[in-house]
Amino acid sequence: MEKTGPTAVALDNATVAFRLAGGRVYTAVEKANLAVAHGEFVAIVGPTGCGKSTLLNVAAGLLRPASGTARIFDKPLAGLNRDAGYLFQADALFPWKTAIDNVAIGLEIRGTPRTEALKRAQTWLESVGLGIFAGRYPHMLSGGQRKRVGLAQVLIRDPKILLMDEPFGPLDAQTRQIMGNLLLELWNADRKAVLFVTHDLEEAIALADRVVIMSAGPSARIIGDWRIALPRPRDISEIRMEKDFHALHREIWSVLKDEVMKGYVQSSQAGAA
Amino acid sequence: MSRLTLLALQVLVAVVVLVLWQLFSTVPVFGKILLPPFFFSNPVDVFSQIVKWFSTGVIWKHLAITLWESILAFVIGSAGGILVGFWFARQPRTAAVFDPYVKMVNALPRVVLAPIFALWFGLGVWSKVALGVTLVFFIVFFNVYQGVKEVSTTVLDNARMLGMSERQLMRHVYWPSALSWMFSSLHTSVGFAAVGAVVGEYLGAAAGLGYLIQQAEGVFDVAGVFAGMFVLSAFVILIDMGVTVVEKRLLVWRPTVGVGRE
Repeated sequence: MEKTGPTAVALDNATVAFRLAGGRVYTAVEKANLAVAHGEFVAIVGPTGCGKSTLLNVAAGLLRPASGTARIFDKPLAGLNRDAGYLFQADALFPWKTAIDNVAIGLEIRGTPRTEALKRAQTWLESVGLGIFAGRYPHMLSGGQRKRVGLAQVLIRDPKILLMDEPFGPLDAQTRQIMGNLLLELWNADRKAVLFVTHDLEEAIALADRVVIMSAGPSARIIGDWRIALPRPRDISEIRMEKDFHALHREIWSVLKDEVMKGYVQSSQAGAA
Repeated sequence: MSRLTLLALQVLVAVVVLVLWQLFSTVPVFGKILLPPFFFSNPVDVFSQIVKWFSTGVIWKHLAITLWESILAFVIGSAGGILVGFWFARQPRTAAVFDPYVKMVNALPRVVLAPIFALWFGLGVWSKVALGVTLVFFIVFFNVYQGVKEVSTTVLDNARMLGMSERQLMRHVYWPSALSWMFSSLHTSVGFAAVGAVVGEYLGAAAGLGYLIQQAEGVFDVAGVFAGMFVLSAFVILIDMGVTVVEKRLLVWRPTVGVGRE
């Protein structure tokens, strides 16, 4: 695998374990090796409950690996990852702040004067298409609009790394495509390193430069790594029609399918137990 | 149901109750008065008593005293509840140590404290304020504690990833969350502040609505007791309306304004 620049995120033999009630130890992810180059868009795909988000939380510094290391721009990660912006799956906006205040807060806590922060927040809201909704509180916005605010909230801080945990998971199919295109458009402007977790293989191929496949948990491993050499700029809804897309999808799915079935069997057994 | 019909029906209930009360307390049914005036008085007497209070102006002094006691009890109780609520929520060990005592004191019916407070603080304003504080404090304390504890972990993680320091978390996350819980119990705590004041006055005072009711009772002036009760209800409803206005302004960000928790 050729490298295009410094490694933004590098996980070396990262194992993540949780202590369960009763003293048992649950190993979520085992010996994961993953490198995201500067400016690279990497998608992690795996069956439900395989520890994709766990891996992301390690890269964010929200979780510490039991063994192995996480390095950010070649420095070992201690504490929270200050270079990263994190877009969560669940609603993470501050419900007591208006859309514009939610976006501006990232600058304000850094000491940017409020008027300046608000001005730039307004610009960001406009670039995610929500300029006229600045004064709305999160509960007055639709799910897709809230994600847009979340995206603006993360991007206004101009993080070098973007971590995304199934950010468009709760949205309907059309909105997901629109959001995907918006994300690509924004990403294309300055090409941050992106680590994007999803369970949707099509979404992963359409968005990413590389698709990484994880096995079913527990002790999930990284079992595949594909380079997606589809041309950019891409349009999410159109790229799905192309022949190369189908070929890649078929190839990756043949590996992923078994894991999805394993994950399904395990989760249904866990449910019965 | 339109607003007008609703209002008409609500007024109708009051009219029917008052008319029945007046009838049964003045007109004999089968040679017997069902509501003897000595025990039940009648609406006309009660109303004229209220009018007398307001026309002579005696009532204002008592209302002002009760209002002042309620406000003091609310402010002091809330401030204490917020402080201790935050402290316990951020220091789980302290909370664990004090937990049984908090539960013990909260389980105590506050009325039994009134004589002690009268002893400690005298028969003036402060013994009533103390009683109200013991009521308000726990409501606010439990709500603030919950509010700080139950901040969504995603929102908290997000705040951390955005780079908030511990102090900024306090200001932008814990504080608004705690306040929203506190405000959702605002009706209850303001009501309890008034209850504390009135009960305190009832048990021993020289002024206030509770004192007025107690005085009337002492001379078997039933009309006076009922008049005091009506003034008290109107007083509490007015305060409650004020609370609703404040609540609507402060909790605009909420999908629906929460109902009061007991």
